[in-house]
Amino acid sequence: MDIQVKILRYNPEKDNEPYYQDFNVKGVSEDWRLLDVLHEIKWNYDSSLTFRRSCAHGICGSDGMKVNGRNRLACALLLKYINTKKPIVIEPLPSLPIIKDLVVDMSSFFNKYEVVKPYLITNTPPPPDSERIQSNEDAEKLFESAKCILCACCTTSCPSTWTNENYLGPAAMLKAYRFINDTRDEGADERLDILDTPDGIWRCHTIFNCIEACPKEINITWHLSQLKKRISSREM
Amino acid sequence: MIKKFDVVIVGAGGAGLRAAVEIPKEYSCAVISKVFPTRSHTGTAQGGVCAALSNMEDDSWENHAFDTVKGSDYLGDQDSIEVMCKDAIRAIMELEHMGMPFSRNEDGKIAQRQFGGHTKPADMNDPYGKRVSVKRACYSADRTGHVMLQTLYENTIKNQVTFFSEYFVTELLMEDGVCKGVVAFDIATSELHIFQAKAVLIATGGYGRVFRITSNSHAGTGDGMALVYKAGLPLEDMEFFQFHPTGLWKLGILVSEAARGEGGILKNKDGERFMIRYAPTVMDLAPRDMVSRAIITEIREGRGIRGSDGTDYVLLDLTHLGKEVIDDKLPEITGFARTYLGVEPTTDPIPIQPTAHYAMGGIPTNVNCEVLLNEDGDIVRGLYAAGECACVSVHGGNRLGTNSLLDLVVFGRRGGKAIHEFLKTASFGDLNENAGKETNGTIKKLMDSKGSEKISNIRTELQNSMMEDCGVFRTDEGLRKMISKLKELRERFKNIAVQDKSRVFNTDLVEALELENLLLNAEATVYSAYARHESRGAHTREDFPVRDDQNWMKHTFAFWKEDQDPELKFKPVVVTRFQPMERKY
Repeated sequence: MDIQVKILRYNPEKDNEPYYQDFNVKGVSEDWRLLDVLHEIKWNYDSSLTFRRSCAHGICGSDGMKVNGRNRLACALLLKYINTKKPIVIEPLPSLPIIKDLVVDMSSFFNKYEVVKPYLITNTPPPPDSERIQSNEDAEKLFESAKCILCACCTTSCPSTWTNENYLGPAAMLKAYRFINDTRDEGADERLDILDTPDGIWRCHTIFNCIEACPKEINITWHLSQLKKRISSREM
Repeated sequence: MIKKFDVVIVGAGGAGLRAAVEIPKEYSCAVISKVFPTRSHTGTAQGGVCAALSNMEDDSWENHAFDTVKGSDYLGDQDSIEVMCKDAIRAIMELEHMGMPFSRNEDGKIAQRQFGGHTKPADMNDPYGKRVSVKRACYSADRTGHVMLQTLYENTIKNQVTFFSEYFVTELLMEDGVCKGVVAFDIATSELHIFQAKAVLIATGGYGRVFRITSNSHAGTGDGMALVYKAGLPLEDMEFFQFHPTGLWKLGILVSEAARGEGGILKNKDGERFMIRYAPTVMDLAPRDMVSRAIITEIREGRGIRGSDGTDYVLLDLTHLGKEVIDDKLPEITGFARTYLGVEPTTDPIPIQPTAHYAMGGIPTNVNCEVLLNEDGDIVRGLYAAGECACVSVHGGNRLGTNSLLDLVVFGRRGGKAIHEFLKTASFGDLNENAGKETNGTIKKLMDSKGSEKISNIRTELQNSMMEDCGVFRTDEGLRKMISKLKELRERFKNIAVQDKSRVFNTDLVEALELENLLLNAEATVYSAYARHESRGAHTREDFPVRDDQNWMKHTFAFWKEDQDPELKFKPVVVTRFQPMERKY
């Protein structure tokens, strides 16, 4: 089948501002990934079309972009799940500076990730020749948050991010959850202090955009609500 | 612009990051990667990382070493294999101490499961008698590589490692047999940088993108191997490329061996569990090379299922495992089946076919990750390699599942340690004033070219031909065809056009450079495969169907020669405690 694709283009060397370009892509099939469509355009229509991608199956987190108004991974979205009767509108992730076409500058996103101390903090040394003991039940409590691939679909879909560029955002706080709830970690308090600040967790207004955007189907809002409870009970 | 660092690490997957963690803070260390570190291909590994922890049942590192040697079809160097399997236990504990989340057993220790080719003697008093599968693979559901990569990256953040992400390395600075740094360009700006270093470690991963159907990410173009090869240094055992038996039909996306480790069964179109005929003792958990050959044989003999794309597949049946096991232990891969093929694994079998997965060969090193200058074992001062791009050789002719993640952390650390030792006496040499000129010329030529050849056409033809003529089964005729195809493609490459003339984030230019690297890696692969007149591990010659220990207990070293065929030399396999035996499972 043939489909219409409308892509936001921007090359800072020659464009004053971003503009939409239409492509009529021929011979696609409904089991194609949207990433396959982008490759088809790059390889056969216009090789200057610029986007990030690597693993092409939803693990590396490179190809987050806005598709018909919603943040998605291009490699985890099949055409059969999109209305192809109308042009598919593809734009870069919102609220981050555009470098070129669908490539955005992710540095502020990763700076926020680093703010929450995304590593195990311990004072007690581990046993020298064996693992720390952790029940499987406790381990599995981390798995959902540890699934995060740092694609930024959630953080850039959040209206609180749009209105306050300093807001930590769901991805960074989900990472904080992953460590705060790790029975092996001893840094919960210092991380909760970081979250309990004006640009921290209280800017989450449970709008649920993050859940809808997450390609790994993580219930991010639930995780953040647990952190809020933890901070509140700490204050009590 | 010249930047000076004591150490430059190229590649930010498992091996590169583990090495970076090992460099003490008093030394400056830069990690250069063409993708942001957490995008690295290590993250796609699923099933596990192995060590004989004996958390579930009795096991020993000697069992692990024996399996690795046998799995390698006796091509692995046994001194290196002993180092890896002994160190495995410490390496897993270290990952746990770093914070890696693992699935746990009832005692709260790291859980372990079965994996292909990992066995132990059925009777401990008969060490070389009948063997049974053993639970040796440590895992975190089916996201083991993902959480390992995250954990290692987190530890580099903790250690404040300096990263140059989305920089593409184009050239090794070699002077008088000493490595003095690398040249890289910043993809975002096209600006060229010279990284002067006392030591360089290459950790750039594999080159699966040389084949049409592959589990490898688009970044898997073997850039580090090609850098080394083009610098006149050898590539070892490139004819050994592993096809993973269970790639998702059409797409090649990996469906972990953990699916069979948890009890999944391969079936042909008649519903027959065909592995019983190929590996009667371990069946579906035979090593990957054997299972891939078995699948292709079933298909060739008419017992495959014809797909809508004209290719044939067989079935991976998980339905009898029950929803709970599938959802708890294999959530990611069953998700792939649902998303990409619309198959519900709890009620229907998954269509699979072999997919190009892993390079056993690569940049030859010794056990301290020092790169070898030649087949005599002399080393290149200041140059190190670790991970899939390297060939120690612990995987020989065929890698066992879960040994790759282990390789990354064991040898990444060893490389870091060796560099630390080296730095104690090393100093910056003088850099030739022409440093970087070659890259400048290459890029200018590509950008100015008005050629008529499309990058994507050459790449597709390469991938199709490699799949056809240098895949699971190989013949003299097919390989000769492939050699002339490569010559043609190399000629046509001279006439390619980079159509994007922008200096900002030019991925068209990146694809051109990657294509050249694919062509170089394909050359080393095809010529090495053509020369090896035997079948061993993943290298199967239909015209030489048997393993020939008399003549071929040796590693191939391929040297690049400008505008000529590569030169092949050979290095004997190191045998310590395990004499070659017939490889049956």
